Amino acid sequence: MLLTVLPGPPRPGILDRIRAWLGGWPIGQLAFLALVALVGALFVGNVFQTMARVGILPGFGFLSGSANFEIGESPIAFRAGDSYFRAILAGLLNTLKVSLIGCVLATVCGVAVGVAGLSRNLLLSGLVRWFIEITRNTPLLLQLFFWMSLAKALPAPRQASALFGTVFLTNRGVYLPALSLEGGPLGLPAALALAAVAGIVLALSLRLAGRLTPRSGIAAFALPLVAVLLFLLASGARPAAEAPALSGFNIRGGLNLSPEFAALLTGLTVKFAALIAEIVRAGIQSVGTGQWEAARALGLHDGQIIRLVVLPQALRVITPLTTSSYLDLTKDSSLAVAIGFPDLVSIVNTTANTTGQSMEALIILIGTFLAINLALSALMNTYNNRVALRGTVR
Amino acid sequence: MTAALSRILTTLRSGLFGTRANTLVTVATVLLLSQVVPPLVRWAVLDATFGGDAAACTRAGACWAFVAAKLRFILFAFYPPGLQWRPALVILLLAAILVASALPRLWGRPLLVAWPLTILACWLLMQGAFTATPIPSNQWGGLPVTLFVWAVCFAAATPIAVLLALARRSTLGGLRTFSVLYIELMRGTPMVGILYVAMLILPMALPDSLSVDKMLRAIVMVTLFWAAYIAEVIRAGLQAIPPGQSEAATALGLGYWRTQRLVVLPQALRIVIPGMVNLAIGFLLATSLLAVIGIFDLLNAARASAADPNWLGFYNEAYLVVAAVYFVICFGASRYSQWLEGKLAGGRTCPRTA
Repeated sequence: MLLTVLPGPPRPGILDRIRAWLGGWPIGQLAFLALVALVGALFVGNVFQTMARVGILPGFGFLSGSANFEIGESPIAFRAGDSYFRAILAGLLNTLKVSLIGCVLATVCGVAVGVAGLSRNLLLSGLVRWFIEITRNTPLLLQLFFWMSLAKALPAPRQASALFGTVFLTNRGVYLPALSLEGGPLGLPAALALAAVAGIVLALSLRLAGRLTPRSGIAAFALPLVAVLLFLLASGARPAAEAPALSGFNIRGGLNLSPEFAALLTGLTVKFAALIAEIVRAGIQSVGTGQWEAARALGLHDGQIIRLVVLPQALRVITPLTTSSYLDLTKDSSLAVAIGFPDLVSIVNTTANTTGQSMEALIILIGTFLAINLALSALMNTYNNRVALRGTVR
Repeated sequence: MTAALSRILTTLRSGLFGTRANTLVTVATVLLLSQVVPPLVRWAVLDATFGGDAAACTRAGACWAFVAAKLRFILFAFYPPGLQWRPALVILLLAAILVASALPRLWGRPLLVAWPLTILACWLLMQGAFTATPIPSNQWGGLPVTLFVWAVCFAAATPIAVLLALARRSTLGGLRTFSVLYIELMRGTPMVGILYVAMLILPMALPDSLSVDKMLRAIVMVTLFWAAYIAEVIRAGLQAIPPGQSEAATALGLGYWRTQRLVVLPQALRIVIPGMVNLAIGFLLATSLLAVIGIFDLLNAARASAADPNWLGFYNEAYLVVAAVYFVICFGASRYSQWLEGKLAGGRTCPRTA
């Protein structure tokens, strides 16, 4: 018997793969893409020409130049004369700060409002209904203007009375009691950041080992936190809760939120709490009453029903919608520019106006927001895959 | 009559005081309301000033006299007062075409023709066609600008969005990749950033011979921006159409475009209409961002009205008025969307029992 070995089909080359990717109409498609590239090139060429005419060098070299403007508030130290890079970084940190705190507060308030809206109490659910309708059907910018004018209309520090003895609402901002650990080798924010990084590393290594469960996940974050705090206390740091107090014409001590920051945070929280409340309501209502009845028949009590039966199913509806709310919140924090909070957009705008490098500044702006968006949606997609239905193909 | 009354009373009693926890919640809510409502009523009604000039207004209460005096400015901003019948007519025209589009009975080809014509008429009216002096767009303002930008951008973005959605689902890799990149780029960028592109980059990017005014630049960029959002909604509708539909159409010998136009799109667009209405509500609220680049839309006009030296600082009253305008339009539209959703669903599945 003659055995012939036939050569297999040749492996598809790069050209074949491009051809398969293009599908039909290759010439038309390539012409379209070329046209898009041509228009883009034409625009960029015009921008370069305009910049050359006014004597501005295109490129990102301006970032190391000194920025001669002040920034109202910044998580990192910034003085006029520091580099544009540092100014933009300060803006980015401000954006991240307000978005992160806004997401947390909006989630907490949104869940509370959403659950309150499901209450059988007519007065409460009616009130929630109106709150949500009014918040959803007026522009966020209008709400920010309103909160801003409210923040400006608060009494001066001297006349301000303390809420619960420690919180001052004044026209110079909101004063909150602050927790601090004094005297240790590193401050509280640095310690918390260290603990968070250690927690993320631990959680990731647990995940790689396939041992990540909700309980081990919580432990992965709690253990470094406890360790860092114990280390600080052992090295001589003393915890202090510092309450703001009136001294002279101003309030000293504690944590001061500027009126702009407080207004922006309140506006974002209120608007997105209403949106998240609607999502939570829809999620919980999407779980049929049969589920409740069946769980009751099995002898579970209300807390168990919510934790074991309703929430896992409701989260499947809630998670993807909340993700897009978080993304919207981050993008909408850019409205800060209208009320004078120095976020990324407002600093990029100032940079563009003072240097004339508007194209580069906007590339930085759009690139940063794209990166934040893609990172956040990747993170939430991972989480969503964990709570989504298992064993079904979507 | 008495039966209905007693039924309402029973509902109220069980709804407010049904259980002990429920009674507690009611009491707590009433306590909260008693803290908030009386000062508001005092400000808005009891201490308010309803007539006269700024001197008559006290800071303790609302100054509705301000609203009466500046309503015209809030609605039309800096448009030449003698010609304000033009923007008023624009509002009426746009309201008419929106109401007509809202009635499923009128959906059809005439409406598709009426839209561009209405927009053209509005544009001509606003820029003062057939008068001696054309009115530059930096004098436009108030409600007509908000409605006009909204209607134009939404109407122009929809066809682009249909093409983007089709491209994103097509087998042609080049177009698909372009569409994905375009949509993700637009959706990842805040609208403020897009407006800054219109404001700062476009004038530099366009050839010198071509100078386009700010309003038009903003309209073009916002259209391109919204198209990405609408495309995603339409894509959801396209995905909901079973592949058997287009396979059947292909088997009947229809080409790609005729398959899409006659078979797939009519079904897909029908599904996404409620989603599009919700999107349109969000867009109307988003037009207020035009204030950031200095266009006097409704919100910015209200803010400017409180900067009038004769009526300085009545921001809260101005904001309340425009909040009411936005609320009426958007609340109405969202109720319409719910009604439409029920109606469209009712037409497709078995008749509802209720």
